[in-house]
Amino acid sequence: MNLEKVIFGFFIVLAATLNFGFFVGDLDNPAHHDIYELFAAIVVNFIATVLKFGDRTQIGAVHLSTSLVADLQLIAAALVWGYGVHIAGVGMSPDITAKVVSLSGGAMLANVVSIVILISETIMQRR
Amino acid sequence: MNRNTHLSTLFLAMRRLRAPLITLIVIYGISVLGLSIIPGADGQPMSFFHAFYFISYTATTIGFGEIPGTFSEPQRLWVLICIYLAVVGWAYTLGALFSLLQDGTFREAVSAERFGRAVRRLHEPFYLVCGYGETGRRVCRALDQMGLRSVVLETAPQRVGEVDLHNYLADIPVLRADASHPDQLRQAGLGSPHCQGVLALTNDDRANLAVAISARLLAPQIPALCRAESAEVAANMASFGTRHIINPYEKFADYLAQALHAPNAYHLLNWLTGPPGTCVERHRDPPRGKWIVCGYGDFGRVLVDAFDQEDVPVTIIDRDPAEPGEHDRHRRVRGDGTGAAVLERANIDQAAGIVASTGDDMDNLSIVMTARELNPDLFVILRMNHFTNHELFEAFAADATVVPSQIIANECLAVLTTPLLERFLEEMRQRDDAWAGRLLERLTGRFGWMVPSVWSVRLTERDAPALHTRLQRDAPTITLGELLRSPHDRNDPLDAEVLYLCREGSVHVTAPAPTLPVCLGDELLLVGRRSARAALALTLENIHSLAYVLTGAELPGGLIWERIARWRQSGR
Repeated sequence: MNLEKVIFGFFIVLAATLNFGFFVGDLDNPAHHDIYELFAAIVVNFIATVLKFGDRTQIGAVHLSTSLVADLQLIAAALVWGYGVHIAGVGMSPDITAKVVSLSGGAMLANVVSIVILISETIMQRR
Repeated sequence: MNRNTHLSTLFLAMRRLRAPLITLIVIYGISVLGLSIIPGADGQPMSFFHAFYFISYTATTIGFGEIPGTFSEPQRLWVLICIYLAVVGWAYTLGALFSLLQDGTFREAVSAERFGRAVRRLHEPFYLVCGYGETGRRVCRALDQMGLRSVVLETAPQRVGEVDLHNYLADIPVLRADASHPDQLRQAGLGSPHCQGVLALTNDDRANLAVAISARLLAPQIPALCRAESAEVAANMASFGTRHIINPYEKFADYLAQALHAPNAYHLLNWLTGPPGTCVERHRDPPRGKWIVCGYGDFGRVLVDAFDQEDVPVTIIDRDPAEPGEHDRHRRVRGDGTGAAVLERANIDQAAGIVASTGDDMDNLSIVMTARELNPDLFVILRMNHFTNHELFEAFAADATVVPSQIIANECLAVLTTPLLERFLEEMRQRDDAWAGRLLERLTGRFGWMVPSVWSVRLTERDAPALHTRLQRDAPTITLGELLRSPHDRNDPLDAEVLYLCREGSVHVTAPAPTLPVCLGDELLLVGRRSARAALALTLENIHSLAYVLTGAELPGGLIWERIARWRQSGR
């Protein structure tokens, strides 16, 4: 067992699960989507991205790119949320909520790809 | 290190920043989370947006105060913790970042990356110079003055720094790297469509050999000029078809042999290939008497062979002369020539000339000074190993000074810039010395003893567009004499002469008559003054200048005047 691999897998899976936790529920119902979960997803996603830095294999490069996609989507979601609540002043209206949640859905897809890569990499390793 | 390893060094750097970056993310996460939980003065906690805003300016120690609202006591307590956490986080990250920037391998990777980018961005012809020693420096300077780019690979760090100090007109990309590694050569542009030639000028024969092999395999179509000081390496290079192998000693021995049997040809060669801007003196020719060679190393051996070819008797002085086996025609004297006793034993008083060819400059000077004391009429050939001693050598004023770096540099430049010159010199070797003497007499009578400008011109669409159009349009015969006239006043002939004309189908003419008509695709080797070179270039490129030079008619310039002229002509 390799501690580095444990930490790596942990953060990737945690990023995806948190993302999923935020995503599930009615698309435009703010009560189904906890803002703290989005925050946690963003932080964990950032950490997962940094963990993928410096891997010079082809798979490492794909890992990093999927992670960057997820970051981008989540930052966009946070921006939309901040815009709705603080700048437009409409609060978490169904419209804004739907936008935030669909962006986080995109991030989740990227995270799922990440996990698929992680699993296939593990299976390919015959040790 | 090739491109991929450089990239992976950058990845390695990123890997080393992992821990500090994660620390920073965690610290920011905890701080923002805490602020968004702890209730404020109005009982409501801050929103994530406000919390992130506050932490962003606090953590970077900008610190506006309690914005956007006055804090409650629990919030202040939390912010206190956050401030210290953030300071620790940033100090750690910045410390890691700076130690990374100081790291030698990382900086090397960055400079290699920058070098590679600079080379890839070069969209003009360039020469790849391996080794920035005395020779490399001379070549780079001369190429720079001719407006040609070079790219330098050098192993010694202080010489790499020198490239930036010798202010060149153009930026010269330079990398501290071992040129004997093929991937370094690739990084430096070997195989790029703009690379015009590779010059292996390091002082290590093995490295030069490695460059020659790489050039032959990776870019077989471009010329490789390689320095080789030992005969074995030169033979090795020749065995796989390296086109130009320059052995400075052999070159000089060649010159010396030529000077012994064809003094005029030797003078002509000297005059044509001398360093630009210097005056070639018609010095005395080496006498055909008994010669003494001091030092039987690489250079001494080649010289003795040259003397043998000319049937000149040679006495060898060496500290450790090889056993007289197959070479027992030479007298050998053991000793180091710097003392009078050894020179006297070699019969210095009967000798006609002496060559000081040891690898030590001070020994060489000491030998020839003692020798001149003993026999003032001696013809002295002196080998200079290091350019730093050139003042001493100038003060001594030998009949000939051998400077290997200069010989190699001159040869490289001649081959690269005037490829026809080599063929002309070859031709000259075939002819008798009286012919060379007449040619030399005529040329120096016209241009003086200052080293002239020697250049080649190719009459193609690219290099001579005006002539190309004119020859194609009305196909009249244009002779060399008509072409070589001043574009300012066509009654004045240009201060230039054609030495050699090379035509497709391997026809070539040496010193062609002015009445010879030119053809498209001809290659001319010209000798003359610098101003004539520019004037001829104008004639060949500018259709108006060409028309004036050939017919004396001033063509109208500009679109409107050309139309009017055409209309007038048709109306007449």
